[in-house]
Order: sequence, then C-alpha cells, then structure tokens
Amino acid sequence: MRRAAPLNVIFGLLVLLAVLCAISLIAGRVWIPLDRLGAPGDPQWAIITELRIPRTLLALAIGAALGLSGAVLQGYTRNPLADPGVLGVSSMGSLGAVLTLYFNLTAPGETAAFAIAGSAVGVLVLLGLTGSAGGATTFLLAGVVLNVIAEAGVSLALMLSPDPWAASEIVTWLLGSLSDRSFTDVWTATPFIVAGGAALLMVGRDLDALTLGETGARSLGVSLGRTQALIAAGVGLACGASVAVSGVIGFVGLIVPHLMRGLVGGRPSSLLVPSALAGAALLLAADILVRLIPAASEVRLGVAMAVLGGPFFLWRLIAIRRRFA
Amino acid sequence: MRTEGALGLEAHGLTVRLGGRAVVDRVDLAFAPGAVTAVLGPNGAGKSTLLSCLAGLRRPQAGEARLGGRSLAVVPGKERAHLLGYLPQSPEIAWSVDVRTFAGLGRTVRVGAFGPSDVDRAAVARALAVTQLTDLADRDVTTLSGGERARAHIARVLAGEPRWMIADEPLTGLDPSHQLDAADLMRGFAQAGGGVVVTLHDLAFAARFADRVVVLAEGRVLADGTPAEALAPDILARAYAIDARWTSGAAGPLLEVVARR
Ligand SMILES: Nc1ncnc2c1ncn2[C@@H]1O[C@H](COP(=O)(O)OP(=O)(O)OP(=O)(O)O)[C@@H](O)[C@H]1O
Ligand SMILES: [Mg+2]
Repeated sequence: MRRAAPLNVIFGLLVLLAVLCAISLIAGRVWIPLDRLGAPGDPQWAIITELRIPRTLLALAIGAALGLSGAVLQGYTRNPLADPGVLGVSSMGSLGAVLTLYFNLTAPGETAAFAIAGSAVGVLVLLGLTGSAGGATTFLLAGVVLNVIAEAGVSLALMLSPDPWAASEIVTWLLGSLSDRSFTDVWTATPFIVAGGAALLMVGRDLDALTLGETGARSLGVSLGRTQALIAAGVGLACGASVAVSGVIGFVGLIVPHLMRGLVGGRPSSLLVPSALAGAALLLAADILVRLIPAASEVRLGVAMAVLGGPFFLWRLIAIRRRFA
Repeated sequence: MRTEGALGLEAHGLTVRLGGRAVVDRVDLAFAPGAVTAVLGPNGAGKSTLLSCLAGLRRPQAGEARLGGRSLAVVPGKERAHLLGYLPQSPEIAWSVDVRTFAGLGRTVRVGAFGPSDVDRAAVARALAVTQLTDLADRDVTTLSGGERARAHIARVLAGEPRWMIADEPLTGLDPSHQLDAADLMRGFAQAGGGVVVTLHDLAFAARFADRVVVLAEGRVLADGTPAEALAPDILARAYAIDARWTSGAAGPLLEVVARR
C-alpha cells in the first residue's frame, strides 16, 4: 500500500527550499541587497536574471534528479549504496557528453542527447545484468565496470583530442559545476529531467513490492519488465540531462535517500518525493557554499560534493561492515 | 475478479528441469478449493519447485499449471495476484518497514491509485488480528523474532484476500501454540471456500490438520490421498527410508519413528 509520503517532512523541505532559493539569488561574489530585487534596469538586476536565476533553477532540477534517481536505484537494488554515480550511470552519461565535446558538436541539444543516450545505455546494462539472476553484488560490480569503461573512454578522448581547447574544456566540464550557466541550459535540461522524474515517480508501488525480493514482487502482481523500462527511461533522462549541463556531480543520490530514510522510514515509495526535494536542497546549499568560499577561482561544485560525500560513503561502508561483522 | 465459483488449481504433466535433471517430473495433480492439501517429501524432492509453478512464478519446461482451467502462463500477473497468495520458503525482507505496512504489501494489486481505502485498512487489520500481530503492528518487521516474522508473512498473504494460499513451509520457526494457530487459520481459510496447498516437514502434524496429503519423492508423486493412505508405513519407508509406525494418541495419530533404514 502507498500512503502519502509523510507530509510534514515534505512541507519542511519546501520551506527549506524557499529559504535557500532566496539566499541563492542574493549570495555570491556580488551580494545583492534584498531591496534591489525589484529594480529592473539596475546592473545588479542583470546578475540575478542572467546568472543567478538559471543557476538556482539548475541546482534545483539537477539535485532533484539525482536524489530521486538515487532513491529509485536503491529501492530497485535493495541496496543503500546504490546511486547514479556508484553504478556508473553518471560516468556513462559524461562519456556521451565528452564525445560531443571531442567531436566539437556544440549545440546544447546534442550534448544532452549524447549524455542521455550514455546514461540510458548504462542503466540498461545494469538492468540487463540483474534481470535474470544477479542481485545486489552483480549490480555493484557492474557499476564498477561501467565506471572503468566510461573513464577509460573519457581519458582516450582527452589523449586523442587534436584540439587543446577541446581538451581543456573537457577537463573543466568533468569537474562538475553550475557556474556561468544560462537559461539555454535550463531549457535544454529541465524538460528531460521533468519527464524522467515523472517516470520514476510511477515505480513507487513496484519498489515497495520489491521489499519482498523479485519473486515476492512478481507474486504480488508486479510486472518487473515495466518497472525496469520505467527506471531505465527515467534515470537515463534525468541523470543524462543533468550530466549534460553540470558535468558529474556525485554523492547526492547516495546521501539523500539515506538521510530521508531516517526521517520517513524505509518504505521505498515514501522516500521518492522527499529524496527529490532534499536532493534539490542539498545541491543548492552546496552551490551557495561554493560561491561563498573565498578562493582565486571558484571551487568546483562536483569537487565540493566529493569532498563532502567521500567521507560519508566511507562512514556508510564502515557502518554496514559492522552490522555484518 | 473474472472467475467466480469453484476455481481449481491443477498441474498437468508438469516438468521442471534444473541442472540437467527433472526436479519435478510429469506431475499430475488437481486441487479443489475448500480443502487443505499438504505436500510432503524429503529435502530436495521438488516441493518448493512445484509450489512456485502452481503460484505461476516459474515456467515449467513441459506441461502446465492451470487455474480455473486456464494455463497460468496466460493469466495476467495482476489477476494472478488477486487469486493466488504465495508464501515462499525463505522470504526476503529488504527494508525496515513497520509490520502494518508490510502486511499491506499483500494488497499491492488491490489498493487504488490514491492509496489504501478503508476496505484495505480493514483487511490488513483483520489479517494482523488473526495472526496475533496487532500489538506489534508498529514494530519494524526486520526486528521481529523468526516466528513473529513467519506470522507477519502469513498476515501479508491473508491481507491480500486471495482465493488460494500457496504456502511453502509456513510453520517453520513457529512454537507449538502458534503452529496450531496457523494450522487453524489455514483450515478456516479452506472452510470459508479458499484453497490451501502447503508444504511442511512435520508428518504427524500434517496428518492431523490436512484433508489430503501428497507425497513427493525425486520429483514424482509417490502417494496422494487421505493422510492415513498417503502416509502409510510402506510409503514413508520409500520416501524417507525410515521405519515408522502410526499409533493412536489422545489428540490424534502419532508417528513413531522406529529406525533409519
Ligand atoms: N538452480 C538449480 N540448479 C540445479 N538444481 C536445482 C536448482 N534449484 C533447485 N535445484 C534442485 O532441485 C531439487 C528440488 O528443489 P526444491 O527446492 O523444490 O526441493 P524441496 O522439496 O522444496 O526441498 P526442501 O524440503 O529442502 O525445501 C533439489 O535437489 C535442488 O538441489
Ligand atoms: Mg522447499
């Protein structure tokens, strides 16, 4: 059975998001006082409309995509260590995107299409491998393999790149960032993220049934083929479009469902909406933080998330090891 | 529900080959609702394999399982889930959810798009009450004891209000009193018109509570009949290689295992 995800958690997250959005519009290298917000024509107004609004919208959309994808992948694999980064979905997406940089296909739609295709191939490989037998171990190992393959592909593109400009662009892009994004990026990514998110929100009940394992879920009338198709399409679209715009930003999908599980319980369907909202909040908060750190050049968002997420991942691994010891 | 009235469950020449060997070998059986059938047999006899075919969860290599005269291969998953409740031998529970939510999973195909209705909640509450889990309804199901968890699985199947209950060793881990309770539940389910196919290893217990006993050995049906017929000493000798005799006890027949052959 699915009941509405605990509404007070959702409400709290919405309030948090509203506050973060306001901060995101005024905070940065240039602080814009609140009373200037309603003064079009001011040069500071341009900073808000041209830079900060798209950046905020992208952080929200990408954070939500990553948080939701993480919650769905964890529910499907029944493994709290699954997420688009760990399972290689993001790096397959980045391989797709790097190929467009390598071949100098610069239209924003092309990068998105290649990144989505790469991510979708990644999810399909994962689901194909676990469809028959598999289990969590196969899934995670497949993720390791996908990561290795994608990284090798990216390195090859870097080494073989005839154009040093393209190479340096690839490197910068790989680090993951939301700075200097425009409304074009918003319009490129958001429709895919929304479509993918909608597909992912449809699998809640199937994920609940998977609490009983694959046989259990089938005995409850769940068609796992449909579940897999929705997940492949949903994660492929949402993560692929995210990667296309921001580069690889890891750990959001790993941390967020874990935190939400503490608040709303383990039932996979109740985790979906809170994970999307909390993912948006986490990424937006991290992006604000990155803007405020005084440094010669801005610290990359992907790097910042890795600095936060790496130790968290380690701590989870140790906790799980203890439980089995 | 599309099919009303008597809804028989049948195996026709059912054959499952695993690892190059027929684990279930040309099994013909017909089960009618209103009775409890115990499927017995030594470890590895093919009981679980047979039950998963009857539950429509495994495709046999030859023959078929039929529900209401239709091959289970063509019954859509949702309809099958309405009619058949299945309890696997070693069920998995992946996430910590409360017992009430867990039992509610049994109603996955019944719950409407907008979440559980009062009817759904009432069915879950009834299932928890008859399995004596009402007091534990808010506990995390993964923290239950083995026997409590076994009851939670029974509650999950009952909450789905199926027409058939296909239960693979549901009594394992239950204390004697809860074994009797679970047996009463299955008898009550059958008396209310449902069908029960259940495996267990306690021969004397099976003799007391089943209407019919099927003995399986090496994938073949060795005996099929009333408990007295199907558990006769010569059959036990062939199935389990034991010398055993039945004596009458105060509450029913008792099985005395005399020796290993
Ligand atoms: N994937 C497989 N590959 C090869 N053999 C298998 C496979 N799965 C099951 N078997 C074999 O099939 C036989 C029947 O298994 P099944 O689980 O149906 O037995 P069972 O009667 O339920 O036994 P138990 O009383 O121990 O539960 C066993 O000998 C088992 O080893
Ligand atoms: Mg078995």
